[in-house]
Amino acid sequence: MDKTQLGEFLKSINKDLEIKEGKQYLEVTVPPSMLYQLARQLREKKEAQFDYLFCITGVDYGVDLGVIYHLRSTLYDQAVVLKTRTSDRENPLLDSVADIWRTADFHEREVYDLIGIKFRNHPDLRRLFLDNSWGFPLRKDYVDDINIVTK
Amino acid sequence: MEEKEIITTPDELQEYFINMGPQHPSTHGVLRLLVSLRGEMVQNVQPHVGYIHSGIEKMCESITYAQIIHLTDRMDYISAHINNEAVCLNVEKALEVDIPDRIKVIRTIMSELTRIQSHQLWWACFGMDLGGLTCFFYGLRDREKILDIFEETCGGRMIVSYNCPGGLMYDIHPNFQKRVKEFIKYFRKILPEYDQLLTGNVIFHERSKGIGKLTKEDAISYGVTGPTGRASGFSCDVRKHEPYSAYDRVQFKEILLTEGDTFSRYVARIDEMWESMKIIEQLIDNIPEGPFAVKMKPVIKLPEGEYYQRVETARGELGVFIISDGNKNPYRVKFRSPNFSNLSVLNHIAKGFKIADLVAIGGSLDLIIPDIDR
Repeated sequence: MDKTQLGEFLKSINKDLEIKEGKQYLEVTVPPSMLYQLARQLREKKEAQFDYLFCITGVDYGVDLGVIYHLRSTLYDQAVVLKTRTSDRENPLLDSVADIWRTADFHEREVYDLIGIKFRNHPDLRRLFLDNSWGFPLRKDYVDDINIVTK
Repeated sequence: MEEKEIITTPDELQEYFINMGPQHPSTHGVLRLLVSLRGEMVQNVQPHVGYIHSGIEKMCESITYAQIIHLTDRMDYISAHINNEAVCLNVEKALEVDIPDRIKVIRTIMSELTRIQSHQLWWACFGMDLGGLTCFFYGLRDREKILDIFEETCGGRMIVSYNCPGGLMYDIHPNFQKRVKEFIKYFRKILPEYDQLLTGNVIFHERSKGIGKLTKEDAISYGVTGPTGRASGFSCDVRKHEPYSAYDRVQFKEILLTEGDTFSRYVARIDEMWESMKIIEQLIDNIPEGPFAVKMKPVIKLPEGEYYQRVETARGELGVFIISDGNKNPYRVKFRSPNFSNLSVLNHIAKGFKIADLVAIGGSLDLIIPDIDR
């Protein structure tokens, strides 16, 4: 399977998907409401079998908060990037993919800890590194009062 | 006086908790495991991390790309050189810089030396975890020889910072080739001694065979990479799948085993040392002539976009993900560290075994805590 076939396959799942050919990987942007279903299909459909989730990155885009998922199919040696973002900064809520890929359990806890995005249906959503009293340090509006990181 | 009825449950049915760490010799760093036990049997292991979280990803957002390299040394300090290489490769890929062969070959040799010394240290500590103190002296004695080579060429022993975007900080020391060849010759003789000391030991077999089994499906689902993943049959060697530097021009085997227990994780690492020596032998006599660094702009600015680079460290797949907005500082840097994912599988594979086996299983995962708390 190459990139064009993968693109066609993604179109066949849902023709409204926003697919962009990135520098390395095919990038798919989905609204949060569709994320879980698409992830499940990418994992389970015979043609795709994206069984290895190798990176979850939480990003603060200034206004929006987003999460980027890097997926790889060990069978077809093909990678795809899922992107989603939410504009709700006060109570950002996305669906957890921890029941599809077990590694998401830890990675989502890290995203919650540092960016503050909550994940629905996560098995154990606690802060990973920091205490409950901390803010969310990887947000761009985080106030660094003891000057750990100076600009 | 009224007598109270005392209800007793047999000891083996009572569930109780033990804190292993944060200062425990077998956790190899500041890692706290909250172990729930019934008798001697492990019911649940909850890792608590963050004691030495250094906020490297946040710091990266306010420094330049050349400075980031020195922070990556401090993540997985046993395979510092490979971490440096990952950032450099990513920056070079983003800027589309052509890297001369000399740099690629030297980087590959250094990476493989790093892998050998990392596995030596792991072997030393793993033997010690299981009660064989001699291993520790053997392992560290031989590791010292590689560290001396590093010191001569890079100035540093562990925290080498030898890479910079566009090449290397300085050229190799004139003695480099001679000393590496001497070391390979020496270590080819010594490595079978490791087998005599530990691999064939009956007590060691009892402690490690069939302990902490991890299936291939679970390894993929948990994102377990490196020798740990390959011992379960998960073909995840980035050097084979996405060759970088000079890995496309050398012959080596990807070590794949099927059992997925503690013993096969041990065998995978021992075999990897042999393969690393093969790679070094193919390259050490053929270091091409040329510059050791490409001239780069004094202030490096990456074009706007997202860049992902994977490399194979001694512990698994390290991913460096840079989001750039065109400035001299990255907008967001994410390090997908191998140990972070490898730690997440600990609860899954340690359940149902004895607490003494937890030490063996934890040792066989080869965790480096600063890489988790990055």
